[in-house]
Amino acid sequence: MTQFDEPINQVNTGRRGLLIAGALSATAVAVPRVAGAAQAVNTATQAGASPPPVLMKVDLDINGRRHSLELDTRTTLLDALREHLHLTGTKKGCDHGQCGACTVLLDGQRINACLTLAVMHDGARVTTIEGLGTPDQLHPLQAAFIAHDGYQCGYCTPGQICSAVGALGEIRQGIPSHVSADLGAPPQATPDELRERMSGNLCRCGAYSNIIDAITEVAGRPA
Amino acid sequence: MRVFSYQKAATPAAAAAAALHTPGAKFIAGGTNLLDLMKLEIETPAHLIDVNGLALDTVATTADGGLRIGALVRNTALAAHPAVRRDYAVLSRALLAGASAQLRNKATTAGNLLQRTRCPYFYDTNQACNKRVPGSGCSAIAGFSRPLAILGGSDACIATHPSDMAVAMRVLDAGIDTVRADGGTRRIPIADFYRLPGNTPHVETVLQPGELITSVTLPRPTGGTHVYRKVRDRASYAFALVSVAAIILPDGTGRLALGGVAPQPWRIAAAEQALPNGSAAVSERLLAGAHPTADNAFKAILAQRTIAAVMADAAAQKG
Repeated sequence: MTQFDEPINQVNTGRRGLLIAGALSATAVAVPRVAGAAQAVNTATQAGASPPPVLMKVDLDINGRRHSLELDTRTTLLDALREHLHLTGTKKGCDHGQCGACTVLLDGQRINACLTLAVMHDGARVTTIEGLGTPDQLHPLQAAFIAHDGYQCGYCTPGQICSAVGALGEIRQGIPSHVSADLGAPPQATPDELRERMSGNLCRCGAYSNIIDAITEVAGRPA
Repeated sequence: MRVFSYQKAATPAAAAAAALHTPGAKFIAGGTNLLDLMKLEIETPAHLIDVNGLALDTVATTADGGLRIGALVRNTALAAHPAVRRDYAVLSRALLAGASAQLRNKATTAGNLLQRTRCPYFYDTNQACNKRVPGSGCSAIAGFSRPLAILGGSDACIATHPSDMAVAMRVLDAGIDTVRADGGTRRIPIADFYRLPGNTPHVETVLQPGELITSVTLPRPTGGTHVYRKVRDRASYAFALVSVAAIILPDGTGRLALGGVAPQPWRIAAAEQALPNGSAAVSERLLAGAHPTADNAFKAILAQRTIAAVMADAAAQKG
């Protein structure tokens, strides 16, 4: 039997399943506890050896649910969400803070989940796209993105929507932007303001004008 | 990313002591630059000291009417602070011109000062870079040098400092407050904080091993018209090709510094003294000694024009 004769369901174990298995096996090695870990890392490094990963416990409140994890210190918040909690709505684009696909709300503020470590956020409250709305009860921005066709491939969309939630919150708080003419005046959700405030979220399909329309619609509604 | 151990610091002095005594230790605050570089293994700390819990996140008025900004105040919070918007508008404008909202929500005041260059050869570990690997050479000088320095560089390095905030801090005469492992503190004028590359481009500031920035102090407000103008390859979310921070007083005197053109914010006393004489005189003195490459010679012309535009803008705002 050649590989082509195998039943599809055996071959196609799923890209995501393979990735998860890989991520788990990468951390399934003996690890030192945190106490003395600095010394262990240094001793191994000086000996020219690759030191074993350092594991730490971290509690995260994700979308209102408490999660206790034990993670390699190197785990970004993004990888904790995707690979450990399987909340794959938050996307990994560039993994360097340049594209915004990984945008989540940390204690209510939008951040790039790829550029922060999970262990730095013990006890923090994180909202991802999965926590904003459900298929039956969409967040107003989710509904507006659908109504205005604010996406094509959809990959940047969770980050765009989380970022838009953050942007509208920042406008409500009176935080100025680069294009605000008067630093002393309350900012308005004009298209110019929204374009500037959303510049940390790239869309390779180029759905920008529809994204701005969607956010504008929600910004215009009474809170 | 290389393996590292991690601790949360209890006090600033304890953080400084841990940094001094733990080999390969680095502080982490916002992490937006450090983690980017760790993923590329340009930074390879063996130990991270998280300073986020140190309660250095407040902005307070000083006894002499200035402003003390905690090292951990996020860029968004600092730009939006009422006293900064009112009295130090050049700082607010510079912060808002930098990065994206997501990054500004995380990035800290001290971290912004200490961010590393975005020279493409510093980022490409296959290329020679004296800043990344001391003594390895510089691929940038004979390479693609369009975004790089025209002032203050050396035969070893022509990287620029990427910060917008630091350029505003420079015209505001900020003082950088630090604590050392022995608990001793000092204030470093920002004019003395950055080192020119010379033969040691990997040594970027005068900070000593373990020394931790605790706050940045601004003298009392200067008044005048505050302008920050940034010229870049796209309208938002890009580093400066040239930027100008200026404070122009009603009598035509003032302060002016350039960003994007040198290893540190570029401010020259003789150029400022020429402010009442017009932008050509300012540019001539500020750009004296410029040493551009064929790729970045345009920056000198762009700087002249941006200075002229900023001075015209300030005059118009004064009405």
